[in-house]
Amino acid sequence: MPDPTPGPSAADRRRVDRAAAGIALYAGAFGATFGAVSTGSGVDLGQTMLLSLLMFTGASQFAFVGVVAAGGTAVAAVSAALLLGIRNAFYGIPVSRLVRPRGVRRPLTAHLVIDETTAMAVAERDPALGRRAFWVTGVLLCALWNAGTLAGALLGQGVDLQALGLDVAAPAVFLALLWPQLRERTAPVTALLGAAVALALVPVAPPGVPVLAAAAVALVLGLARPGART
Amino acid sequence: MTGLWVGVVVAALGCYLLKLAGVALPESVLDHPVVRRVAGLLPVAMLAGLVVVELLDDGGRYGADWRALAGMAAALVALLLRQGVLVVFAVAVAVTALLRLVT
Repeated sequence: MPDPTPGPSAADRRRVDRAAAGIALYAGAFGATFGAVSTGSGVDLGQTMLLSLLMFTGASQFAFVGVVAAGGTAVAAVSAALLLGIRNAFYGIPVSRLVRPRGVRRPLTAHLVIDETTAMAVAERDPALGRRAFWVTGVLLCALWNAGTLAGALLGQGVDLQALGLDVAAPAVFLALLWPQLRERTAPVTALLGAAVALALVPVAPPGVPVLAAAAVALVLGLARPGART
Repeated sequence: MTGLWVGVVVAALGCYLLKLAGVALPESVLDHPVVRRVAGLLPVAMLAGLVVVELLDDGGRYGADWRALAGMAAALVALLLRQGVLVVFAVAVAVTALLRLVT
């Protein structure tokens, strides 16, 4: 199919690149926080780097080390990370439509499908700009996230994370990720119930289980309201 | 310690395979309305659960540091002012650190 438009303007390309650089900068800072929090949780340097290099999805990584830090089992940590990672599979639908990866590009594209790259890609009306946004954000973010993780893991040892306020970094980013999703119709109720169930289980359930119980709330509500659009 | 290594590898590989499934499987597999709905609600419930557990779980008992809660309140204000995640992150950390410095 011939492309009727001459392609994105230089100004548009610069705008996308600047936005991608801003997001990557945040990822560097957040990655450093992850490195410091992870190694402070009893996860060693090699394990921390494997999480950032291969798992490469911040919420799952923080959930994983959060369960480990609280003394939860490996099974609970793995479950929390995987359940949070399911959303990335669904991000793959709009991303594949836009990027149309073929051959060896497919496993590479898959690796970069996360909240930030998907949001940047689908925000552009011009598909060429959307593809550019996906790749530039993905490559910069991946580089800075891993560099940040390494720096945080190496420098964070012996640093008082509490004094620096870094213990609120993860909940603040979780809240920021949750925020735009609350516009969906059943989302506020789901969020309140998920929070309430998790909170109620804190004193009685093993570490990690309260968050898994919140996942069960989503399952029950999703199955119970077949007519509702989310 | 080896148990933790197995957990790290399984979780990391599993998260990657979920991403790969999204770009490699035919759309029709994931495009079932019930599947989409549950998948859409999963992060909503889990992120909300993570926020309260991170802030209010003090080793299996309820406990909170008001300075961390104040940092989160500042983050909420930043979100209401339509700030991006970088600003929200910086505001929460800075307010909490500042309050811990002066109290």
